[in-house]
Amino acid sequence: MEVTFQLLRFDPLKDRQPHWETYRVELEPTDRVLDGLEAIKGQMDGTLAYRRSCAHGVCGSDAMIINGRNRLACKALVKNMKEPIRIEPMRGFKVLKDFVVDMGPFFEKYRAVKPYLIEKEARPQKERLQSQEERERFDDTTKCILCGACTTSCPSFWFNAGYVGPAAIVQAHRFIFDSRDGGAEERLSVLNNQEGVWRCRTVFNCVEACPRGINVTRAIGEVKKVIAKGGR
Amino acid sequence: MAVHQFDAVIVGAGGAGLMAALQASQSARIAVLSKLYPTRSHTGTAQGGIGAALGNLETDTWEWHMFDTVKGGDYLVDQDAAEIMCREAVDTVYELEHMGLPFSRTPDGKIAQRPFGGHTKEFGKAPVRRSCYAADRTGHMILQTLYQQCIKQGVTFFDEYHVVDLLTRDGAACGVVAVEIATGDLHVFHAKAVLFATGGCGRMYKITSNALTLTGDGMAVVGRRGIPLEDMEFFQFHPTGIYKMGILITEGARGEGGILRNGKGERFMEKYTPTLKDLAPRDMVSRAIFREVREGRGIDGKDYVHLDLTHLDPKVIREKLPDITDFVETYLGIDPSRAPIPIQPTAHYAMGGIPTNARAEVVADEKNTVFPGLYAAGECACVSVHGANRLGTNSLVDIIVFGRRGGKQVGEFVKKASFTPLPEKPLEQTEARFAALKREGGGESVFEIRKDLQEEMMDKASVFRTEPDLTKMLQIIGDLKSRYSKIHVKDRGTGYNMELLEAFELGCLLDLAQATVTSALARQESRGAHYREDFPKRDDANWLKHTLAKINGQRVTLSYKPVSITKFQPQERKY
Ligand SMILES: Cc1cc2nc3c(=O)[nH]c(=O)nc-3n(C[C@H](O)[C@H](O)[C@H](O)COP(=O)(O)OP(=O)(O)OC[C@H]3O[C@@H](n4cnc5c(N)ncnc54)[C@H](O)[C@@H]3O)c2cc1C
Ligand code: SF4
Ligand code: FES
Repeated sequence: MEVTFQLLRFDPLKDRQPHWETYRVELEPTDRVLDGLEAIKGQMDGTLAYRRSCAHGVCGSDAMIINGRNRLACKALVKNMKEPIRIEPMRGFKVLKDFVVDMGPFFEKYRAVKPYLIEKEARPQKERLQSQEERERFDDTTKCILCGACTTSCPSFWFNAGYVGPAAIVQAHRFIFDSRDGGAEERLSVLNNQEGVWRCRTVFNCVEACPRGINVTRAIGEVKKVIAKGGR
Repeated sequence: MAVHQFDAVIVGAGGAGLMAALQASQSARIAVLSKLYPTRSHTGTAQGGIGAALGNLETDTWEWHMFDTVKGGDYLVDQDAAEIMCREAVDTVYELEHMGLPFSRTPDGKIAQRPFGGHTKEFGKAPVRRSCYAADRTGHMILQTLYQQCIKQGVTFFDEYHVVDLLTRDGAACGVVAVEIATGDLHVFHAKAVLFATGGCGRMYKITSNALTLTGDGMAVVGRRGIPLEDMEFFQFHPTGIYKMGILITEGARGEGGILRNGKGERFMEKYTPTLKDLAPRDMVSRAIFREVREGRGIDGKDYVHLDLTHLDPKVIREKLPDITDFVETYLGIDPSRAPIPIQPTAHYAMGGIPTNARAEVVADEKNTVFPGLYAAGECACVSVHGANRLGTNSLVDIIVFGRRGGKQVGEFVKKASFTPLPEKPLEQTEARFAALKREGGGESVFEIRKDLQEEMMDKASVFRTEPDLTKMLQIIGDLKSRYSKIHVKDRGTGYNMELLEAFELGCLLDLAQATVTSALARQESRGAHYREDFPKRDDANWLKHTLAKINGQRVTLSYKPVSITKFQPQERKY
């Protein structure tokens, strides 16, 4: 079937302003939006730029706004999209070219929450024990692929680029609720301030945007509670 | 031209590269270069698990693991290296846990383990639970955990730097050339040691579980500098890729009890491998599927079969296989607890690659002479611990064990070594290559040539091979290469010129396909993943040896080297 795409194109070397361009390509209904982009780039206009790698929703490269909503191009099927399929870059980061945005600030905030296990005690000879319930406690937030869809769908982030953002809080949650971790306090000091969790106004955009089905707002809520209690 | 100097550069930030970086950065100034943000690396897609004889649920030993590895690899495995891998697997898995990897747990809080294809107890008697897993996103958790540790340790990263050439002088490595993707600028990295960890090359085939970026760059770049590539004819097809898309459904699905059924609803694996049935090694299961299809027993006579999970407890599916449930729902609109999944074999893993010894040092000839300053680890390397067919869960072991060994070795090496001076004109080859791609007037496109290559390789050099097909394929590759020389990249921009970089990647795939097919045509026997219909038997008298394929401009020349056999003498491979 022929599918119509409208892409918000921008090349900083040529364009002052982003502009819409229309493309029509032959695709199968079961194709991904990413297949459409590959076809446009391969057969019509090689200058189109976007990131992609795994093509099945696990590497986090290709979050973009598709028909008004943040999604991964490789997880959106053409048959489920209204035509024309309109694609824009994620909102809130500098656009480098077409759908490639500067993820530098995103990863900076990720690093700020100390996204690594802060070990409480010396390493045993074998594995540390952790019960299935303890493991389950933070299972949801281990799924995050750092795609940025949540953060860039958040109005609090659009209006205040300093906000640490849902993705970084999700990462903090993954460790704060890990029974093996002893770094809750260090992380909470980053999160318990003006640019931290309190900027979250529970708008729930992030939950809807997350391609991994993580309940982002709940995770943020749980972190807020820990802060209010003064520790886990 | 920007020139950077580091003690060592590591090319690639998947599991192998990050593990090497964690080691090497403890004692040396290193940089990690990656064409993708590290967390986008394909290690993150690994689902099923990492094999180690922890014995958490039943008795297990590293010797059994080693035996399975050797037998699974159809005795082409270098046994000294396999022994190291299976012994060190145990401690490495504990180390991953210590770093914070959220493994699934047993009821008593230990690392959970499940059965996997070809992994057995007591030298082949019955399946054993050896695969350590974190639901069905083990690779994701490995990649995240290692990246987290790198952040903690302050490792220096150059993200979105695409390496396009290896620099050598006087027979030693001295650096690499990389394109900074954001600007298009060329950078020279001058180093005492270079470690490649650039992953696989599955994109030479049409149906593949591999990322769009798995184009074998590292293998090609090293190969073009005169280092022969080892055992390239052995390419693994994983039996269960989603029909037409190639997206992987982990063997863990069969580990949890999933069954393969043909168009008549029969559990056909009982016929081929009565002991291990659906959990036989991948080469055997993939061939069995091709046979069923060929003999008219595909689903509705078509070229696929079913992976049936409908008899499993839906809770098991939800809890132990959440991601594949999501894939199947997203891409096929199927609930795997209610309907069977259409699957076909998918190009999955390159057993071959850059030859190394067990210290991850690159060895450049039949006598295993070390190429000073050059290292490789992970899927781009060939140690060889996988021989002619890799067992499931053994690649994650490989990348962690040999990534770590490589990193350590690099750390030691740079302490003593001095910098080899850069060549006079370090950018010469790169500039010539890119100038050719940008030349006007050709009119050939990356998209079309790549598509033709992938379709033809799938047709002529995948699970079943014959002399006429392989000969034809070599001709086709020749034609594709001459079309490639007429490529015209239209994007004149500098930053994020993905068209130019994809053209570069296609050049890599063409060279690697040529090495693969040349090696496959010469090997007149069937072993592991390399199956020749015209030579259906394994032939140890003539072919118990590793292939070395040297890329000389437009030609590939072959030589051979012996296999290291220590504990297990070759036997017939039955399951
Ligand atoms: C879907 C899937 C499931 C799998 N499941 C399992 C499993 O359950 N168990 C198991 O043991 N194995 C599994 N495997 C195999 C295993 O995951 C891979 O073989 C392994 O992760 C490869 O790791 P690596 O570090 O060598 O390479 P990768 O993780 O592929 O990383 C390659 C790195 O190199 C970089 N790179 C590549 N080219 C360049 C260049 N030119 N310049 C700069 N950087 C470059 C990339 O950016 C990337 O960072 C699976 C594979 C797939 C595809
Ligand atoms: S929480 Fe979800 S949306 Fe946000 S970065 Fe992680 S995976 Fe992406
Ligand atoms: S390409 Fe990996 S998430 Fe879409």
